[in-house]
Amino acid sequence: MTAARTVAPLLEARAVSFHRQDEPVFAPLDFQLHAGELALVEGDNGSGKTTLLRMLAGLLHLGAGELLWRGEALQRDLCAGDILFLGHQLGLKADLSPRENLRVATGLHGTREGMDSASLLAEIGLRGYEDEPVRRLSAGQKKRAALARLAMLPATLWLLDEPYANLDRAGIALVNDMLGRHTDAGGAAMVTSHGTVSFHGGEPRRIRMHD
Amino acid sequence: MTRPGLTTACAAMLRRDLTLAWRRRGDIAMPVLYALIVTMLFPFALGPEDTLLQRIAGGVVLVTVLLAMLLALDAMFASDIEDGSLEQLVLAPQPLALMLGMKILAHWVTIALPLIVISPLMAALLHLPAAVMPVLLLALLLATPLLSLLGAVLVALTVGTRRSGMLLALMLLPLCVPAVIFAAGAVAAAQQGLPWLAPISWLAAALVLAVVLAPLACAAALRIALDS
Repeated sequence: MTAARTVAPLLEARAVSFHRQDEPVFAPLDFQLHAGELALVEGDNGSGKTTLLRMLAGLLHLGAGELLWRGEALQRDLCAGDILFLGHQLGLKADLSPRENLRVATGLHGTREGMDSASLLAEIGLRGYEDEPVRRLSAGQKKRAALARLAMLPATLWLLDEPYANLDRAGIALVNDMLGRHTDAGGAAMVTSHGTVSFHGGEPRRIRMHD
Repeated sequence: MTRPGLTTACAAMLRRDLTLAWRRRGDIAMPVLYALIVTMLFPFALGPEDTLLQRIAGGVVLVTVLLAMLLALDAMFASDIEDGSLEQLVLAPQPLALMLGMKILAHWVTIALPLIVISPLMAALLHLPAAVMPVLLLALLLATPLLSLLGAVLVALTVGTRRSGMLLALMLLPLCVPAVIFAAGAVAAAQQGLPWLAPISWLAAALVLAVVLAPLACAAALRIALDS
Protein backbone atom coordinates (compact mmCIF):
# COMPACT_ATOMS: atom_id res chain seq x y z
CA MET A 1 0.00 0.00 0.00
CA THR A 2 2.82 2.42 0.82
CA ALA A 3 4.45 1.70 -2.53
CA ALA A 4 1.20 2.56 -4.31
CA ARG A 5 1.12 5.95 -2.63
CA THR A 6 4.35 7.06 -4.26
CA VAL A 7 3.02 6.63 -7.80
CA ALA A 8 0.41 9.01 -9.16
CA PRO A 9 -3.16 7.87 -8.52
CA LEU A 10 -5.01 6.37 -11.45
CA LEU A 11 -7.76 8.91 -11.17
CA GLU A 12 -7.76 12.04 -9.07
CA ALA A 13 -10.65 14.45 -8.74
CA ARG A 14 -10.08 17.96 -7.48
CA ALA A 15 -13.22 19.85 -6.53
CA VAL A 16 -15.26 18.35 -9.36
CA SER A 17 -18.91 19.25 -9.55
CA PHE A 18 -21.67 19.29 -12.10
CA HIS A 19 -24.35 21.87 -12.72
CA ARG A 20 -27.71 21.34 -14.32
CA GLN A 21 -29.46 24.58 -15.24
CA ASP A 22 -27.06 26.46 -12.94
CA GLU A 23 -28.09 24.25 -10.01
CA PRO A 24 -25.25 22.15 -8.58
CA VAL A 25 -26.15 18.46 -8.75
CA PHE A 26 -23.67 17.60 -6.02
CA ALA A 27 -21.22 19.46 -3.82
CA PRO A 28 -17.60 19.66 -5.06
CA LEU A 29 -15.87 16.32 -4.60
CA ASP A 30 -12.24 15.46 -3.99
CA PHE A 31 -10.99 11.91 -4.15
CA GLN A 32 -8.13 9.76 -5.31
CA LEU A 33 -8.37 6.31 -6.77
CA HIS A 34 -5.25 4.20 -7.05
CA ALA A 35 -4.69 1.14 -9.18
CA GLY A 36 -5.96 -1.92 -7.34
CA GLU A 37 -8.48 0.08 -5.34
CA LEU A 38 -12.22 -0.14 -5.12
CA ALA A 39 -14.39 2.86 -4.35
CA LEU A 40 -17.98 2.72 -3.25
CA VAL A 41 -19.97 5.83 -4.14
CA GLU A 42 -22.63 6.35 -1.49
CA GLY A 43 -25.55 8.70 -1.46
CA ASP A 44 -29.31 8.88 -1.36
CA ASN A 45 -31.56 8.72 -4.41
CA GLY A 46 -30.99 11.80 -6.51
CA SER A 47 -27.74 12.71 -4.82
CA GLY A 48 -25.93 12.57 -8.16
CA LYS A 49 -24.19 9.18 -8.09
CA THR A 50 -25.13 8.38 -11.67
CA THR A 51 -24.27 11.92 -12.78
CA LEU A 52 -20.83 11.58 -11.20
CA LEU A 53 -20.12 8.28 -12.94
CA ARG A 54 -21.39 9.55 -16.30
CA MET A 55 -19.17 12.59 -15.92
CA LEU A 56 -16.13 10.50 -15.05
CA ALA A 57 -16.86 8.25 -18.02
CA GLY A 58 -16.87 11.25 -20.33
CA LEU A 59 -20.53 11.17 -21.32
CA LEU A 60 -21.20 14.40 -19.44
CA HIS A 61 -18.88 17.39 -19.55
CA LEU A 62 -16.88 18.30 -16.48
CA GLY A 63 -18.89 20.98 -14.68
CA ALA A 64 -16.11 22.48 -12.61
CA GLY A 65 -12.87 21.31 -11.04
CA GLU A 66 -10.14 19.15 -12.41
CA LEU A 67 -9.72 15.48 -13.29
CA LEU A 68 -6.30 13.88 -13.42
CA TRP A 69 -5.59 10.55 -15.09
CA ARG A 70 -2.32 8.95 -13.97
CA GLY A 71 -1.16 12.34 -12.68
CA GLU A 72 -1.90 14.36 -15.80
CA ALA A 73 -4.93 16.30 -16.91
CA LEU A 74 -7.41 13.76 -18.26
CA GLN A 75 -7.67 13.77 -22.04
CA ARG A 76 -10.52 11.73 -23.40
CA ASP A 77 -8.87 10.62 -26.61
CA LEU A 78 -5.84 9.33 -24.71
CA CYS A 79 -7.71 7.21 -22.19
CA ALA A 80 -10.65 6.17 -24.38
CA GLY A 81 -11.39 2.52 -23.79
CA ASP A 82 -9.37 2.48 -20.57
CA ILE A 83 -12.49 3.57 -18.73
CA LEU A 84 -15.55 1.35 -19.04
CA PHE A 85 -18.98 2.46 -17.95
CA LEU A 86 -21.94 0.23 -17.16
CA GLY A 87 -25.14 2.12 -16.46
CA HIS A 88 -28.83 1.39 -16.13
CA GLN A 89 -29.03 0.93 -19.87
CA LEU A 90 -26.89 -2.09 -20.49
CA GLY A 91 -25.87 -1.32 -24.06
CA LEU A 92 -26.89 -4.73 -25.36
CA LYS A 93 -28.69 -5.15 -28.67
CA ALA A 94 -31.86 -7.13 -27.95
CA ASP A 95 -31.81 -8.87 -31.32
CA LEU A 96 -28.27 -10.13 -30.93
CA SER A 97 -27.17 -13.02 -28.73
CA PRO A 98 -24.78 -12.50 -25.79
CA ARG A 99 -22.00 -13.98 -27.91
CA GLU A 100 -22.69 -11.57 -30.79
CA ASN A 101 -22.90 -8.62 -28.41
CA LEU A 102 -19.49 -9.57 -27.05
CA ARG A 103 -18.09 -9.86 -30.56
CA VAL A 104 -19.20 -6.30 -31.37
CA ALA A 105 -17.59 -5.00 -28.18
CA THR A 106 -14.29 -6.80 -28.78
CA GLY A 107 -14.31 -5.56 -32.37
CA LEU A 108 -14.29 -2.01 -31.03
CA HIS A 109 -12.18 -2.40 -27.86
CA GLY A 110 -10.04 -5.46 -28.35
CA THR A 111 -9.88 -8.44 -26.00
CA ARG A 112 -8.40 -8.71 -22.53
CA GLU A 113 -5.47 -11.10 -22.54
CA GLY A 114 -6.38 -14.73 -22.14
CA MET A 115 -10.13 -14.25 -22.45
CA ASP A 116 -12.39 -16.13 -24.77
CA SER A 117 -16.08 -15.52 -25.05
CA ALA A 118 -17.28 -19.13 -24.82
CA SER A 119 -15.69 -19.94 -21.47
CA LEU A 120 -16.42 -16.48 -20.11
CA LEU A 121 -20.14 -16.72 -20.89
CA ALA A 122 -20.27 -20.18 -19.32
CA GLU A 123 -18.47 -18.94 -16.23
CA ILE A 124 -20.74 -15.94 -15.88
CA GLY A 125 -23.83 -18.12 -15.78
CA LEU A 126 -25.07 -17.95 -19.35
CA ARG A 127 -24.23 -21.50 -20.34
CA GLY A 128 -26.83 -22.62 -22.87
CA TYR A 129 -27.93 -19.05 -23.54
CA GLU A 130 -24.91 -17.98 -25.59
CA ASP A 131 -26.86 -17.92 -28.85
CA GLU A 132 -30.24 -16.88 -27.51
CA PRO A 133 -31.32 -13.34 -28.49
CA VAL A 134 -30.84 -11.04 -25.50
CA ARG A 135 -34.53 -10.06 -25.67
CA ARG A 136 -35.48 -13.55 -24.45
CA LEU A 137 -33.20 -13.40 -21.42
CA SER A 138 -34.38 -12.40 -17.95
CA ALA A 139 -33.34 -9.06 -16.46
CA GLY A 140 -30.68 -10.77 -14.35
CA GLN A 141 -29.33 -12.71 -17.33
CA LYS A 142 -29.14 -9.50 -19.36
CA LYS A 143 -27.13 -7.96 -16.55
CA ARG A 144 -24.80 -10.94 -16.62
CA ALA A 145 -24.36 -10.56 -20.39
CA ALA A 146 -23.38 -6.92 -19.82
CA LEU A 147 -20.97 -7.93 -17.04
CA ALA A 148 -19.38 -10.39 -19.44
CA ARG A 149 -18.51 -7.41 -21.64
CA LEU A 150 -16.69 -5.79 -18.72
CA ALA A 151 -14.66 -8.90 -18.07
CA MET A 152 -13.91 -9.39 -21.76
CA LEU A 153 -12.59 -5.94 -22.63
CA PRO A 154 -9.18 -4.56 -21.74
CA ALA A 155 -9.70 -1.63 -19.39
CA THR A 156 -8.23 -0.20 -16.23
CA LEU A 157 -11.09 1.64 -14.57
CA TRP A 158 -14.62 0.32 -14.26
CA LEU A 159 -17.45 2.71 -13.48
CA LEU A 160 -20.39 0.59 -12.41
CA ASP A 161 -23.73 2.17 -11.75
CA GLU A 162 -25.82 -0.16 -9.59
CA PRO A 163 -24.14 -3.37 -10.77
CA TYR A 164 -26.09 -5.41 -8.21
CA ALA A 165 -29.55 -4.45 -9.46
CA ASN A 166 -31.62 -7.40 -10.76
CA LEU A 167 -29.05 -9.95 -9.66
CA ASP A 168 -29.67 -12.96 -7.42
CA ARG A 169 -27.36 -13.86 -4.55
CA ALA A 170 -25.07 -15.86 -6.82
CA GLY A 171 -24.99 -12.92 -9.20
CA ILE A 172 -23.96 -10.54 -6.45
CA ALA A 173 -21.19 -12.90 -5.46
CA LEU A 174 -20.18 -13.01 -9.11
CA VAL A 175 -19.91 -9.21 -9.30
CA ASN A 176 -17.81 -9.16 -6.12
CA ASP A 177 -15.63 -11.92 -7.52
CA MET A 178 -15.16 -10.01 -10.78
CA LEU A 179 -14.31 -6.83 -8.88
CA GLY A 180 -11.81 -8.74 -6.77
CA ARG A 181 -10.08 -10.20 -9.79
CA HIS A 182 -10.08 -6.86 -11.59
CA THR A 183 -8.42 -5.02 -8.70
CA ASP A 184 -5.96 -7.88 -8.12
CA ALA A 185 -4.89 -7.47 -11.74
CA GLY A 186 -4.13 -3.80 -11.14
CA GLY A 187 -7.46 -2.39 -12.19
CA ALA A 188 -9.66 -0.05 -10.22
CA ALA A 189 -13.42 0.34 -9.95
CA MET A 190 -16.01 2.80 -8.72
CA VAL A 191 -19.32 1.29 -7.77
CA THR A 192 -22.60 2.87 -6.75
CA SER A 193 -25.08 0.93 -4.73
CA HIS A 194 -28.07 1.49 -2.47
CA GLY A 195 -27.72 -1.76 -0.61
CA THR A 196 -25.06 -2.90 1.76
CA VAL A 197 -22.12 -4.26 -0.14
CA SER A 198 -19.48 -6.63 1.11
CA PHE A 199 -16.44 -6.79 -1.08
CA HIS A 200 -13.74 -9.40 -0.84
CA GLY A 201 -10.61 -8.35 0.92
CA GLY A 202 -11.19 -5.45 3.20
CA GLU A 203 -13.09 -2.23 3.25
CA PRO A 204 -13.47 -0.28 0.02
CA ARG A 205 -12.76 3.42 -0.09
CA ARG A 206 -16.00 5.33 0.38
CA ILE A 207 -16.99 8.44 -1.52
CA ARG A 208 -19.94 10.16 0.04
CA MET A 209 -22.18 12.36 -2.11
CA HIS A 210 -23.75 15.49 -0.59
CA ASP A 211 -26.35 17.72 -2.11
CA MET B 1 -2.57 -3.29 -24.77
CA THR B 2 -3.34 -3.00 -28.47
CA ARG B 3 -6.63 -1.70 -29.75
CA PRO B 4 -8.24 -3.19 -32.84
CA GLY B 5 -7.49 -1.34 -36.06
CA LEU B 6 -9.96 0.82 -37.90
CA THR B 7 -10.79 -1.90 -40.41
CA THR B 8 -11.68 -4.38 -37.66
CA ALA B 9 -13.79 -1.80 -35.85
CA CYS B 10 -15.57 -0.72 -39.04
CA ALA B 11 -16.23 -4.33 -39.96
CA ALA B 12 -17.63 -5.01 -36.47
CA MET B 13 -20.00 -2.05 -36.70
CA LEU B 14 -21.13 -2.87 -40.22
CA ARG B 15 -21.64 -6.51 -39.36
CA ARG B 16 -23.61 -5.59 -36.25
CA ASP B 17 -26.01 -3.27 -38.05
CA LEU B 18 -26.49 -5.56 -41.04
CA THR B 19 -27.19 -8.52 -38.72
CA LEU B 20 -29.70 -6.42 -36.79
CA ALA B 21 -31.40 -5.36 -40.02
CA TRP B 22 -31.52 -8.97 -41.21
CA ARG B 23 -33.14 -10.08 -37.92
CA ARG B 24 -35.85 -7.48 -38.58
CA ARG B 25 -36.16 -7.90 -42.30
CA GLY B 26 -39.89 -7.21 -42.17
CA ASP B 27 -38.99 -3.58 -41.51
CA ILE B 28 -36.87 -3.49 -44.67
CA ALA B 29 -39.78 -4.66 -46.79
CA MET B 30 -41.94 -1.72 -45.69
CA PRO B 31 -40.30 1.08 -47.73
CA VAL B 32 -40.06 -1.22 -50.75
CA LEU B 33 -43.77 -2.05 -50.61
CA TYR B 34 -44.62 1.61 -50.10
CA ALA B 35 -42.61 2.68 -53.14
CA LEU B 36 -44.15 -0.06 -55.30
CA ILE B 37 -47.69 0.80 -54.27
CA VAL B 38 -47.24 4.52 -54.89
CA THR B 39 -45.80 4.02 -58.37
CA MET B 40 -48.51 1.51 -59.21
CA LEU B 41 -51.20 4.02 -58.28
CA PHE B 42 -49.97 6.74 -60.66
CA PRO B 43 -51.13 5.08 -63.91
CA PHE B 44 -54.52 4.44 -62.30
CA ALA B 45 -54.87 8.07 -61.25
CA LEU B 46 -53.54 9.66 -64.45
CA GLY B 47 -54.73 7.20 -67.07
CA PRO B 48 -52.53 4.89 -69.11
CA GLU B 49 -51.29 7.47 -71.62
CA ASP B 50 -47.75 6.63 -72.65
CA THR B 51 -46.58 10.17 -73.32
CA LEU B 52 -47.79 11.60 -70.01
CA LEU B 53 -46.41 8.70 -67.93
CA GLN B 54 -43.09 8.79 -69.74
CA ARG B 55 -42.75 12.48 -69.05
CA ILE B 56 -43.31 12.14 -65.30
CA ALA B 57 -41.69 8.70 -64.82
CA GLY B 58 -38.24 9.89 -63.73
CA GLY B 59 -39.56 12.42 -61.27
CA VAL B 60 -42.12 10.05 -59.78
CA VAL B 61 -39.56 7.29 -59.20
CA LEU B 62 -37.11 9.70 -57.59
CA VAL B 63 -39.64 11.35 -55.30
CA THR B 64 -41.14 8.00 -54.32
CA VAL B 65 -37.75 6.55 -53.44
CA LEU B 66 -36.82 9.62 -51.37
CA LEU B 67 -40.14 9.55 -49.52
CA ALA B 68 -39.81 5.82 -48.89
CA MET B 69 -36.38 6.47 -47.37
CA LEU B 70 -37.87 9.13 -45.15
CA LEU B 71 -40.15 6.47 -43.62
CA ALA B 72 -37.20 4.58 -42.20
CA LEU B 73 -34.97 7.54 -41.42
CA ASP B 74 -35.96 8.41 -37.86
CA ALA B 75 -35.19 4.87 -36.69
CA MET B 76 -31.50 5.34 -37.52
CA PHE B 77 -30.26 6.04 -33.98
CA ALA B 78 -33.45 5.55 -31.93
CA SER B 79 -32.86 1.97 -30.74
CA ASP B 80 -29.18 2.62 -30.02
CA ILE B 81 -30.07 5.50 -27.74
CA GLU B 82 -32.84 3.53 -26.06
CA ASP B 83 -30.72 0.52 -25.09
CA GLY B 84 -27.54 2.43 -24.26
CA SER B 85 -25.51 1.09 -27.19
CA LEU B 86 -24.79 4.63 -28.29
CA GLU B 87 -23.22 5.45 -24.91
CA GLN B 88 -20.97 2.44 -25.30
CA LEU B 89 -20.10 3.50 -28.84
CA VAL B 90 -19.21 7.03 -27.71
CA LEU B 91 -16.90 5.59 -25.04
CA ALA B 92 -15.25 3.09 -27.38
CA PRO B 93 -11.63 3.81 -28.32
CA GLN B 94 -12.55 4.38 -31.95
CA PRO B 95 -13.31 7.56 -33.91
CA LEU B 96 -17.02 8.13 -33.36
CA ALA B 97 -17.57 9.86 -36.70
CA LEU B 98 -16.20 6.88 -38.59
CA MET B 99 -18.32 4.44 -36.59
CA LEU B 100 -21.40 6.54 -37.28
CA GLY B 101 -20.39 6.62 -40.94
CA MET B 102 -20.53 2.82 -40.86
CA LYS B 103 -23.97 2.97 -39.28
CA ILE B 104 -25.15 5.31 -42.05
CA LEU B 105 -23.64 3.00 -44.65
CA ALA B 106 -25.46 0.02 -43.14
CA HIS B 107 -28.67 2.04 -43.10
CA TRP B 108 -28.21 2.94 -46.77
CA VAL B 109 -27.49 -0.69 -47.68
CA THR B 110 -30.60 -1.94 -45.91
CA ILE B 111 -33.04 0.83 -46.86
CA ALA B 112 -31.91 2.50 -50.08
CA LEU B 113 -30.28 -0.38 -51.89
CA PRO B 114 -33.47 -2.50 -52.07
CA LEU B 115 -35.28 0.59 -53.40
CA ILE B 116 -32.62 1.08 -56.08
CA VAL B 117 -32.91 -2.59 -57.00
CA ILE B 118 -36.64 -2.31 -57.61
CA SER B 119 -36.42 1.12 -59.27
CA PRO B 120 -36.12 -0.32 -62.82
CA LEU B 121 -39.40 -2.13 -62.15
CA MET B 122 -40.99 1.08 -60.91
CA ALA B 123 -39.68 2.96 -63.96
CA ALA B 124 -40.98 0.24 -66.27
CA LEU B 125 -44.45 0.54 -64.71
CA LEU B 126 -44.39 4.18 -65.84
CA HIS B 127 -43.02 3.35 -69.33
CA LEU B 128 -39.67 5.07 -68.85
CA PRO B 129 -37.58 4.32 -71.99
CA ALA B 130 -35.01 1.61 -71.33
CA ALA B 131 -32.23 3.86 -72.66
CA VAL B 132 -32.75 6.32 -69.79
CA MET B 133 -32.63 3.59 -67.12
CA PRO B 134 -28.84 3.77 -66.54
CA VAL B 135 -29.07 7.53 -65.92
CA LEU B 136 -31.93 7.01 -63.47
CA LEU B 137 -29.93 4.34 -61.61
CA LEU B 138 -26.86 6.59 -61.53
CA ALA B 139 -28.92 9.51 -60.21
CA LEU B 140 -30.42 7.27 -57.51
CA LEU B 141 -27.01 5.85 -56.57
CA LEU B 142 -25.82 9.40 -55.89
CA ALA B 143 -28.99 10.96 -54.47
CA THR B 144 -29.92 8.22 -51.96
CA PRO B 145 -26.62 8.21 -50.00
CA LEU B 146 -26.78 12.00 -49.99
CA LEU B 147 -30.22 11.80 -48.42
CA SER B 148 -29.07 9.15 -45.91
CA LEU B 149 -26.18 11.37 -44.82
CA LEU B 150 -28.20 14.58 -44.57
CA GLY B 151 -30.98 12.70 -42.84
CA ALA B 152 -28.55 11.19 -40.33
CA VAL B 153 -27.38 14.66 -39.29
CA LEU B 154 -30.95 15.80 -38.76
CA VAL B 155 -31.89 12.63 -36.90
CA ALA B 156 -28.87 13.17 -34.65
CA LEU B 157 -29.94 16.76 -34.04
CA THR B 158 -33.52 15.81 -33.15
CA VAL B 159 -32.90 12.69 -31.02
CA GLY B 160 -33.76 14.43 -27.78
CA THR B 161 -37.13 15.70 -28.94
CA ARG B 162 -40.38 13.85 -28.65
CA ARG B 163 -42.24 13.01 -31.87
CA SER B 164 -39.24 14.07 -33.90
CA GLY B 165 -40.68 12.50 -37.07
CA MET B 166 -42.67 15.58 -38.04
CA LEU B 167 -39.83 17.97 -37.28
CA LEU B 168 -37.44 15.76 -39.20
CA ALA B 169 -39.60 15.79 -42.33
CA LEU B 170 -39.91 19.58 -42.19
CA MET B 171 -36.17 20.06 -41.76
CA LEU B 172 -35.20 17.54 -44.41
CA LEU B 173 -37.50 18.95 -47.08
CA PRO B 174 -35.43 22.03 -48.02
CA LEU B 175 -32.24 19.97 -47.89
CA CYS B 176 -33.44 17.31 -50.31
CA VAL B 177 -34.87 19.78 -52.84
CA PRO B 178 -31.49 20.32 -54.57
CA ALA B 179 -30.91 16.55 -54.69
CA VAL B 180 -34.32 16.04 -56.32
CA ILE B 181 -33.79 18.89 -58.81
CA PHE B 182 -30.41 17.64 -59.98
CA ALA B 183 -31.39 13.96 -60.06
CA ALA B 184 -34.66 14.56 -61.89
CA GLY B 185 -32.91 17.11 -64.13
CA ALA B 186 -30.38 14.49 -65.21
CA VAL B 187 -33.11 11.97 -66.01
CA ALA B 188 -35.16 14.56 -67.94
CA ALA B 189 -32.11 15.69 -69.91
CA ALA B 190 -31.26 12.10 -70.81
CA GLN B 191 -34.86 11.55 -71.93
CA GLN B 192 -34.66 14.54 -74.28
CA GLY B 193 -31.29 13.45 -75.62
CA LEU B 194 -29.48 16.34 -73.96
CA PRO B 195 -26.18 16.07 -72.05
CA TRP B 196 -26.90 14.94 -68.48
CA LEU B 197 -23.43 14.86 -67.02
CA ALA B 198 -23.55 18.31 -65.38
CA PRO B 199 -26.41 17.64 -62.90
CA ILE B 200 -24.93 14.22 -62.11
CA SER B 201 -21.59 15.89 -61.36
CA TRP B 202 -23.31 18.34 -59.03
CA LEU B 203 -24.91 15.42 -57.19
CA ALA B 204 -21.56 13.66 -56.96
CA ALA B 205 -19.90 16.80 -55.61
CA ALA B 206 -22.60 17.23 -52.97
CA LEU B 207 -22.23 13.55 -52.03
CA VAL B 208 -18.45 13.88 -51.59
CA LEU B 209 -18.97 16.88 -49.36
CA ALA B 210 -21.64 15.07 -47.32
CA VAL B 211 -19.54 11.91 -46.93
CA VAL B 212 -16.80 13.96 -45.31
CA LEU B 213 -18.86 16.36 -43.22
CA ALA B 214 -22.07 14.55 -42.26
CA PRO B 215 -20.49 11.88 -39.99
CA LEU B 216 -18.54 14.58 -38.16
CA ALA B 217 -21.71 16.63 -37.65
CA CYS B 218 -23.56 13.50 -36.53
CA ALA B 219 -20.89 12.69 -33.98
CA ALA B 220 -20.95 16.21 -32.56
CA ALA B 221 -24.75 16.29 -32.40
CA LEU B 222 -25.00 12.91 -30.67
CA ARG B 223 -22.33 13.82 -28.12
CA ILE B 224 -24.35 16.92 -27.28
CA ALA B 225 -27.56 14.89 -27.10
CA LEU B 226 -25.99 12.48 -24.58
CA ASP B 227 -24.44 15.30 -22.53
CA SER B 228 -27.57 16.44 -20.75
